[in-house]
Amino acid sequence: MSAFELLAFSPPGWGAVLLRGLAMSMSVAFGGYLVGLLIGIGGAFGKLYGGPVLRDLLACYTTVVRAIPELVLIVLLFYVGSDIVNQVMQLLGRPPIDISGLAAGIMVIGVVQGAYSTEVIRGAIKAIPPGMIEAARAYGMKPSLMLRRITLPAMLPHAIPGLSNLWLIATKDTALLAVIGFTELTLATRQAGGATKHYFLFFSAAGVLYLIVTLLSNVLIRSIERRAYRGIPEVG
Amino acid sequence: MLSWIKPHRVVLMLLAAGLVVYIATAMSWEWLPQFAGDLVAGVGVTLLILASTVILGFLFAVPLGLFQVTGPKPLALLCKGFCTLIRGTPLLLQLWLIYYGVGSLFPQVPWIRESFLWPYLREAWPYGVLALTFSFAGYEGEVMRGAFAGVPNGELEAGRAYGMTPFTLLRRIWLPRAIARALPTLNGEVVLQLKATPLVATITVIDVYAVTSKVRQATYIIYEPLLLLALIYLCLTGILVFTFRYFENRNPTRDV
Repeated sequence: MSAFELLAFSPPGWGAVLLRGLAMSMSVAFGGYLVGLLIGIGGAFGKLYGGPVLRDLLACYTTVVRAIPELVLIVLLFYVGSDIVNQVMQLLGRPPIDISGLAAGIMVIGVVQGAYSTEVIRGAIKAIPPGMIEAARAYGMKPSLMLRRITLPAMLPHAIPGLSNLWLIATKDTALLAVIGFTELTLATRQAGGATKHYFLFFSAAGVLYLIVTLLSNVLIRSIERRAYRGIPEVG
Repeated sequence: MLSWIKPHRVVLMLLAAGLVVYIATAMSWEWLPQFAGDLVAGVGVTLLILASTVILGFLFAVPLGLFQVTGPKPLALLCKGFCTLIRGTPLLLQLWLIYYGVGSLFPQVPWIRESFLWPYLREAWPYGVLALTFSFAGYEGEVMRGAFAGVPNGELEAGRAYGMTPFTLLRRIWLPRAIARALPTLNGEVVLQLKATPLVATITVIDVYAVTSKVRQATYIIYEPLLLLALIYLCLTGILVFTFRYFENRNPTRDV
């Protein structure tokens, strides 16, 4: 079969399988990134304003997660996560359930991303001029209102470079889910290669897909940066 | 140092010690003596792969950065394209492309089968080392580009004013100054590279990750080998960070 026939959308071509894998990869990356952002915002506030115990626990979380390979974390969290869910189901007197690969992948990528975004957001909040926070407090804003109106919008420009880097890492980290048998783009590609023995062709095609995602993300990031930096004088 | 010890930290450390004691006594570790030799050998393989790919990758990153700054247009574009390609695709995909893709093309070429390289090309580790070297070179090449571009122009002009040839200028001034600027980022890059090494286990290289996978398959014990593996990587990262910090403190750099 020629390369075009192999990559065709309808079977015996494998194009549809690859694109379904890409869709899976992107949903996990997007979901995991969002979960990571939520953990990051909470973690950053805990690290900056929390009590001493919470601070030390969060320091352990970010240090440990950033020191252990993502592959090891993903395998470990996958087993631990599904075990915990089934223990809870047993306590509730329900039969054990099969956790969908999508949910497990989002949870695992989210926990890993959370450690990195905690550090990024913490740094960005510390870069806000203290006068802004003091002014908000002087106006009697509640912490929740201050978060929504002052802290989050003011830290965003400082956080964007780090957060966009994390998005690119998230899209690439989804490939590691292939190791626990979740059929995202990389594993789908390997299956296509194994079935047809055209490994080189399929891995190159998947590489092009990942590269397109990265380049499109870069375009999007640049336009977000332009919008976030409006009104801020350029340095240098 | 004493100010670091606070009442809540003592309590937390006691809780952590209790957890460690629980893990050591209540979980099953009877497989450990049997696989201890394999684990040590696996750590050796991991460190060997780390050291060789960091050194080879750095040697490759220097021209990648230099050509992007000063090379002829086509060469600069080629180097930029290489860095974009490496940084834009997952390492696992690159690894599998090289091992399954390129590796499956080799046996079809007669002169490669007859060459002296063939015994090595039939093993898995050369493909792992190649992929990890490319990956390190891609990320570090981008750092080196910034480092070469950041050397103050006056220093290069001074060298030219002394009548240095371009090569002497590179050897005596540009390269040493650029490497000095890139060194502080090397710590983070090497830790990232350490965390990338377990991927070679997916192409049958027996590193420490592969050893613990073997333990899991042989004994049906899931958590204990993974916890030990996490501890091993934690220690390796810690050793790397402290070693780099020691050398950084010995060579104070002022302007970076």
